[in-house]
Amino acid sequence: MRGHGTYVDEEKLTASVAGEVQEFNGEVGDVVVGRITEVQQKRWKVETNSRLDSVLLLSAVNLPGGELRRRSAEDELTMREYLQEGDLISAEVQSVFSDGALSLHTRSLKYGKLGQGVLVQLSPSLIKRQKTHFHNLPCGASIILGNNGFVWLYPLQHNRKRKLEAFTPPISLADREVISRLRNCLLALTAHKVLLYDTSVLYCYESSLQHQVKDILKPEIMEEIVLLTSKSFWNMKARKAILSFPKHFVICNCCGIFTAEMLFDDL
Amino acid sequence: MATVQVSEAEKVYILHGIRDDLRVDGRGCEDYRHMEIETDVVSNTDGSAKVTLGHTAVLVGIKAEIGKPRPMFPGEGYLEFFVDCSANATPEFEGRGGEELGTELSNTLYKVFNNKNSVNLKSLCILKGEHCWVLYVDVLLLQCDGNLYDAISIAIKAALFNTKIPKVHISSDEEGSKEIELSDDPYDCMRLNVENVPCIVTLCKVGHRHVVDATLQEKACSVASLVMAVTQKGTVTCLRKVGGGSLDPESVFEMTETGKRVGKALHAPLMSLLQQEEKLGKSRQKVGFLG
Repeated sequence: MRGHGTYVDEEKLTASVAGEVQEFNGEVGDVVVGRITEVQQKRWKVETNSRLDSVLLLSAVNLPGGELRRRSAEDELTMREYLQEGDLISAEVQSVFSDGALSLHTRSLKYGKLGQGVLVQLSPSLIKRQKTHFHNLPCGASIILGNNGFVWLYPLQHNRKRKLEAFTPPISLADREVISRLRNCLLALTAHKVLLYDTSVLYCYESSLQHQVKDILKPEIMEEIVLLTSKSFWNMKARKAILSFPKHFVICNCCGIFTAEMLFDDL
Repeated sequence: MATVQVSEAEKVYILHGIRDDLRVDGRGCEDYRHMEIETDVVSNTDGSAKVTLGHTAVLVGIKAEIGKPRPMFPGEGYLEFFVDCSANATPEFEGRGGEELGTELSNTLYKVFNNKNSVNLKSLCILKGEHCWVLYVDVLLLQCDGNLYDAISIAIKAALFNTKIPKVHISSDEEGSKEIELSDDPYDCMRLNVENVPCIVTLCKVGHRHVVDATLQEKACSVASLVMAVTQKGTVTCLRKVGGGSLDPESVFEMTETGKRVGKALHAPLMSLLQQEEKLGKSRQKVGFLG
């Protein structure tokens, strides 16, 4: 029995369709950024760019105040005070239901409701799987690269205290510019199908500094920036390879023979 | 129109950003997104244009047919508008979902063009009281990412510029009845003067300031918008308020001033672009829908 989208070609089963996976198929341990779509009895429904809405159980969140106790009827009634429809959260996949829906949890201080910032929705296939998905970029902003393709950009938190609870100070113009530039860089990288992780985003940011933020989205400038980014990659990787053997020569078939000092001016 | 959900914290971020004249994508309050215009994309129309503004894509096709003039205006032709919100644009337009929006857009277009200066309707007359050209302007929404009015009006202006109406000769035969003959040469046609065709500028009030070319997220933070049609000279042909919120008279005045300024600035680059495209003639590489 062969499924849809296949055909038999000389006794071999061949696929007749090809393409990029647009939906997110989560696994246990994935970090996701999601939006609350419904508040139900003892749980929230979260949109995570997958076939089915994910589930965030009331028992899987940290109660505001941080107490550890059994959830009461009152907790159930005040669910909407904590998370409403439209709110954004960062969470981790705890388990997968039999129908494929994900069960999320925010039982760690780094997860929870997200405050002021910008959400960028991209394809999940472009997010690289890494040890950590939370990064404080040196350019002056923080980023959460959700495995489901939702990327959250927000200003650096200078004090250790957790964001949302109290009054949030207004964000400075400089921080806003960094976040807008990062957002446009993410869109530029996505348009050229570049894998997204902290280093690629950072290189793209640096390559874009010569242009104005709003110009980054023009197709010609997008291409130029992504080209510069891939050049920086080459430089970095080649440096690592060549520097590990500093006394060796590099032979380029078209350009000739070089030493490490000749290739990189700052050595 | 398509709506997106935005959290309260995101709304605050967007609001403060607009207040500081730095929107989420780095634009100022009066900047448009990247716009792409291409004319002559549909071969079996008399004029067509496709406009992409950010992710909003609009296709306009114009067909010229001979019809009877309106009883009130026997010496003029007229325009008929029809806007089709295709289900391709957003799932909300599935089935009959897009009908309400389509009728609202068509009605606004009728209002915008309901004056004697926008299009020279007298040039569309063939025989007073008997025959005239009727231009059927069909607008198709391919993708919806905010700011439909602006994209549609620019596409209509480009399509009208591109429209080629065949020249007709009226001859009367022996019995005195008139006959209309279309000339044999397919390139013998009349072009329309689109200098006074207005462009629509939508201004969304977000907080205490207003923005031009709002994205869906910015639209979710605004309660009221002003839709105004501005000609090259700065004349306003139509002013409409949309949205459930209220606007006080001073904001309306400020917004109309901004709209006039932005609208006037749209026309010159648009006309020069259309003329440049026309000059390329047959050698132009057509991008069409797959580019």
